Amino acid sequence: MATNKMRLVVIGNGMAGIRTIEELLKMSADEFDITVFGAEPQPNYNRILLSPVLSGEMKFQDTVLNDWSWYEENHITLHTGKTVTKIDRVRCTVETEDGIITPYDRLLIATGSNPIMLPVPGIDLPGVVAYRSIADVNGMLGMAGMGSRAVVIGGGLLGLEAANGLAMRGMNVSVVHLCGWLMERQLDETGGGLLREALEKRGMKFFLSRQTEAILGETAVTGLRFKDGEEIPADLVVMSAGIRPNIALAKSAGIHCERGIVVSDTMQTFDPKIYSVGECVQHRSQTYGLVAPLFEQAKVAANHLARYGRMRYEGSAVSTKLKVTGIDLFSAGDFNPGPEDEELLLQDAARGVYKKLVLRDNKLRGAVMYGDTLGGPWYFRMMRDGTDVSAMREHLLFGESHIGDSGHGGVSAVANMPDSAEVCGCNGVCKGDIVNAIIEKKLFTLEEVRAHTKASASCGSCTGLVEAILANTLGADYSAKPSKKPVCACTEAAHQEVRQSIRERSLKTIPEVMRALEWKTPDGCHVCRPALNYYLLAAWPGEYLDDSRSRFINERVHANIQKDGTYSVIPRIWGGVTSPAALRSIAEIAERHQVPTVHITGGQRIGLYGITKENLPKMWAELVAAGFVSGHAYGKSLRTVKTCVGSEWCRFGTQDSTALGIRVEKMTWGSWMPHKFKIAVSGCPRNCAEATIKDFGVVCVDSGYEIHVGGNGGIKVRVTDFLCKVDNEAEVLEYCGAFMQLYREQANYQDRTAPWLERVGLPYIKRHIVDDAQGRAELYVRFLKSQQYSQDDPWKERVQGKDTHEYVALATI
Amino acid sequence: MNWIQVGKLEDIPRQGSRVVKTATGEIALFRSIDDQVFALNNRCPHKGGPLSQGIVHGKRVTCPLHSWVIDLESGSAIAPDTGCAHRHEVRIAHGVLFLEVEAGVCKD
Repeated sequence: MATNKMRLVVIGNGMAGIRTIEELLKMSADEFDITVFGAEPQPNYNRILLSPVLSGEMKFQDTVLNDWSWYEENHITLHTGKTVTKIDRVRCTVETEDGIITPYDRLLIATGSNPIMLPVPGIDLPGVVAYRSIADVNGMLGMAGMGSRAVVIGGGLLGLEAANGLAMRGMNVSVVHLCGWLMERQLDETGGGLLREALEKRGMKFFLSRQTEAILGETAVTGLRFKDGEEIPADLVVMSAGIRPNIALAKSAGIHCERGIVVSDTMQTFDPKIYSVGECVQHRSQTYGLVAPLFEQAKVAANHLARYGRMRYEGSAVSTKLKVTGIDLFSAGDFNPGPEDEELLLQDAARGVYKKLVLRDNKLRGAVMYGDTLGGPWYFRMMRDGTDVSAMREHLLFGESHIGDSGHGGVSAVANMPDSAEVCGCNGVCKGDIVNAIIEKKLFTLEEVRAHTKASASCGSCTGLVEAILANTLGADYSAKPSKKPVCACTEAAHQEVRQSIRERSLKTIPEVMRALEWKTPDGCHVCRPALNYYLLAAWPGEYLDDSRSRFINERVHANIQKDGTYSVIPRIWGGVTSPAALRSIAEIAERHQVPTVHITGGQRIGLYGITKENLPKMWAELVAAGFVSGHAYGKSLRTVKTCVGSEWCRFGTQDSTALGIRVEKMTWGSWMPHKFKIAVSGCPRNCAEATIKDFGVVCVDSGYEIHVGGNGGIKVRVTDFLCKVDNEAEVLEYCGAFMQLYREQANYQDRTAPWLERVGLPYIKRHIVDDAQGRAELYVRFLKSQQYSQDDPWKERVQGKDTHEYVALATI
Repeated sequence: MNWIQVGKLEDIPRQGSRVVKTATGEIALFRSIDDQVFALNNRCPHKGGPLSQGIVHGKRVTCPLHSWVIDLESGSAIAPDTGCAHRHEVRIAHGVLFLEVEAGVCKD
């Protein structure tokens, strides 16, 4: 093709190389003429799924990720079965063994890795195979007869998957392993022992702490001899002693290599025209053999190839799962404790459950789980976030369900869940639906599963469970999403990066933020715009002009949209205290407007439902005239302050909780937040106002006021954490304002206080709100300052004519 | 074709929407950030949500009820969701909007 497009040549038709092309096509579809060389004769297939192909649970066709037509549709020139043998960096060409010479402007090396073949006599005999490609699998299947004997050398992840697959094909399988226990890179001795017992029950034999001296046989394999002289018979020997980055080609071209091809954070090799991704690279002294890091690398490489030039690959934290049906194990991080580490252990032999967590400085460093792995993604998340776990330490081993995830706490082993078990209650998605989508649609990430199945796409409380199913289905090569999660598909920037840039670079409008952080879309989307609008509002109170076009409908029209497109109207009832006159005016207004439903809300207010949009300003006018203001029941803002009658009436009441609640509500109403925010004040520890499931709760006691934070009701009930006790109402107000301000300034948009608190850890909150008196006072001042600009009743403004166009039709024809 | 004058471009806020009521239901007119105007029936193909109340971004609108994203040019839902909100032709002449009401078609 005679075009002036850039020529991109990709060496390696595997998951890393092709994923990079896919990412590149998403960003700039027409910029490159792409040529791909693959040594294998197949199109790109999912190497993770070799194990189920070997065991007979899947067919090869099901593992193909990009079929032939994909290459055609995207105008990619594909050479399969062609090994590139030379890179000429001066002329910028690559050459195959049969003499095809192709010029490049940019080169991507994705040659993957090679299996390590032990240097022992007999390694070349027929019947000795590696376990790396579909050709290897076919080789094994050709020899796998009922009752024949297979020996797998290497008791690591891949070796055990191979052993399991061969056993399922009816072979007698033995595993030889150099170390004293299986999967020593992923498991400690106890975990490895449990795994061995489970596999032995399936009929596998193990030779641990054994070194192979020779493979025996004249014309084909007949057996194996160990260093100690013992011999065992074998018809098939599978080499699975590890992998080594495939760097021969790069090395011969003079590209700097150590263990792998050395790349920078932009995935560039020492030759700036040449990039490299996947198992062949060495980044910050690390090489990776799992899929998730490779996908992160692909994203970064594509970003730089497309000349966006703003992403950096900063290494991956990886977690592992063994893909052997019916065996649940999970490991992540560094789980062999050093002298300064602490170890938490749980062992229940009868249930077959073993868990070990390694902590340092109150942060999780590693986790090994066997038998019950549901909490795996949760531990992994906390490891990446660096969450301070000291406050939940006593429950930590029992998993997330024991600190509040009551919605799904009952489910333990994902593998044992029936396909009909409902995972996502909001959208009615069962486990089987998710597994099918992952397999049929070839999904790898939580976002993809959400898009295709809607599982965990609504309230998100089943996210951990969906991640666990994803991990369980994809097996060994799954690891959770990268720690840096972009706000949405419009940008690579994460929430905290956006907040930081707004402050440090004094960005004052949404277009300014989008320009400065190189948004990929002209005006964002429904996910990022409301977040940016909130961040700017929180950063520049009184200065930033609220962008109503970036508000979700409820906050734009100050009413809550219902399923039929009508709205609800909920006036504020301060502290839940009302009067006959106030009730009478609400009753009369409801009657005049023929309100279909009048409902007492859970927040001690009265909701009027089924109001058409045109009628909202009329109804508000009457409510405002009767002395009401908006209850903000529709916003990411302070909702209600629930109270009990306290010492004024109750024979148990210790303080005037009602009056305190009203003071708190008068101070906090109207404030915009990352998510909705609920407060309650209870007059005694009987806690009738349910203060311990609110974002901020006050429980009055004889000697003062207990302050509790980070609770919520709903699907995922979370009881508050006790923050501290204070002596008087003035202090309650100060702590309340300071806590709300810390949350307003630091949480991600759409995070309620509970997930925010769990991410940063309770000790962090205590340091800022309880220990640091100066910092608390400053937060409180900033809260009060921002409140000066947010306590104008939005209903009154609209009665007076603001945003009229929102409430009337353009025309009637 | 039967073009009906329904208002002026400036009546619709940028990145916003206004509704035209007709005997057969509501039609939502959307104005993108670059001042293009699109018209769709004001019903999301998913559960009938009022698209006019959604956030407009690029040439798309997100339904306020369950966040389906609809392409304003074709009326089609963005994959993997499927479905279509019927679209109508709009013309802008000297800042005045004309709407073709009859041709409520799906364009894929």
